[in-house]
Amino acid sequence: MRSIAVVGASLAGLRAAQALRTKGYDGRLTLVGAEPHRPYDRPPLSKNFLAGELDAAELALLDPAEDTALGADWRLGVRATGVDPAAGTVALSDGTELAVDGLVIATGGRPRTLPGTERIDGVLTLRTLDDALALRTRIAAGPTNVVVVGAGFLGAEVSSTLRGLGLAVTVVEALPVPLAGALGPELGALCAELPGDHGVPLITGQSVTGLGTAGSAAGSAVASVRLADGRELAADLVVVAIGIRPNTEWLAGSGLAVDDGVRTDVGFRTALPNVVAVGDVARHHCDGRHVRHEHWTNAADEPAAAVTNLLAGRTIDRCSGRGYFWSDQYGVRIQFAGSISPTDEVRVLEGSTAERAFLAGYHRAGRVTGVLAMNLPRAFNRARRGLTARNTEEDRCPSCSSAEPGGAPRTAADTTSSTPSTRA
Amino acid sequence: MIRVCPLDQLPAGEAVRIIANVPIAVFNADGDFYAIDDTCTHQDASLADGWLEGCQVECPLHASSFDLRTGAVTGLPAKKPVRTYPVSVEAGVLYVDAPSQVGAV
Repeated sequence: MRSIAVVGASLAGLRAAQALRTKGYDGRLTLVGAEPHRPYDRPPLSKNFLAGELDAAELALLDPAEDTALGADWRLGVRATGVDPAAGTVALSDGTELAVDGLVIATGGRPRTLPGTERIDGVLTLRTLDDALALRTRIAAGPTNVVVVGAGFLGAEVSSTLRGLGLAVTVVEALPVPLAGALGPELGALCAELPGDHGVPLITGQSVTGLGTAGSAAGSAVASVRLADGRELAADLVVVAIGIRPNTEWLAGSGLAVDDGVRTDVGFRTALPNVVAVGDVARHHCDGRHVRHEHWTNAADEPAAAVTNLLAGRTIDRCSGRGYFWSDQYGVRIQFAGSISPTDEVRVLEGSTAERAFLAGYHRAGRVTGVLAMNLPRAFNRARRGLTARNTEEDRCPSCSSAEPGGAPRTAADTTSSTPSTRA
Repeated sequence: MIRVCPLDQLPAGEAVRIIANVPIAVFNADGDFYAIDDTCTHQDASLADGWLEGCQVECPLHASSFDLRTGAVTGLPAKKPVRTYPVSVEAGVLYVDAPSQVGAV
């Protein structure tokens, strides 16, 4: 390959670009990013960056020397709008086209919003640096009542940070038990106690039916949040944290299988042999099913395997299956690893849930499927390593053990390597 | 000099965190003792809680790794090295040469 485009310039895209260079790729490398910023780290956006304890420069994932060493052509503030595999081109929103013979899809996702609220002032989502700066501006104005919609990890972290800044915050969650899917009902319920410990009411099992405004004109300020049971919560700032949608619209007509993310094999290769997908946008084959993770560690780890396979033209490396994520909220550090089902049996192995310092294991059919710790990092890491070792020996990704090439017919895009140019 | 603990209270593979003017992590790496800044240079996490393998410690939060001998980064996402501190043993007690002390944690 002589011209590879990485579309998406956040953690997964950057790691893919770096992995390409590390693995000896010395051809043209174009990084396309919808945001105007060089890659930066997102996890602090809901925590110490939102609290004003970090500035934007401290979030940079790339220092100037690394930037130079990467030797990439940056196309920032530009979106990819289409892919033509037969022609070997990627169309961009500025009207230009990239001629490529390899493509890394790392376009991530964008926040889901509450339908019909787009024109109401004071309703924000949080995904990007600019989102976080906008939220900081609202915080600085001193809102009287903040409602956070969604008690997933992002909603929990944002509400925790806002509470830490002294704001009155209420959290609304549609599920009866927040995080029940990710952590199971038992430990999800335990996490649901954290906001209350800090004076943040958490209302569960209630969907938001609408928002009240201070006026009827478009652009009126939000005044309240209406719930399914008829309650109306006063709110002059609403943060919506109800998940993301993967950014795949630009792939329509490309021939790629898109189904809540870009479908890939165990090694992140798509239906097109010279295209891989990584990070939040990738729905990869693992443990006999297709899964899409929205975790920092997946975005950080997947690109190495994906790029190995992209350069090899076949699947020789695969998902690591670590399934690790963490969350800092309400003074508690939660760490999780594994692949659990909500019906797995939970046993506390060390420490005390009441003291918010414990290690718990998830068990199914006589084996450990996952581990979770609160404020017990050393025990967690020991358990996590045990989990990985066991899974490697016994049953790690059964479907992954027969890693095979995607098997899709090669396309003309494979043969465009003789024209590694960027067409303007 | 900051008194850390008697040698026999820090077995091989273990670490202890002490509070100097900044937190310092002291490790027993298979019989060799090292002291480095306890706080990962990437994001707030205690390296004394990290995973020790040879002379490398891996941060418990994001798996950044550091060389205990030099403080150099040996694995992403951290980029800045941690400081190292001289360690000495006197009469079976471990000491770290670092400014000011409150006490062992």
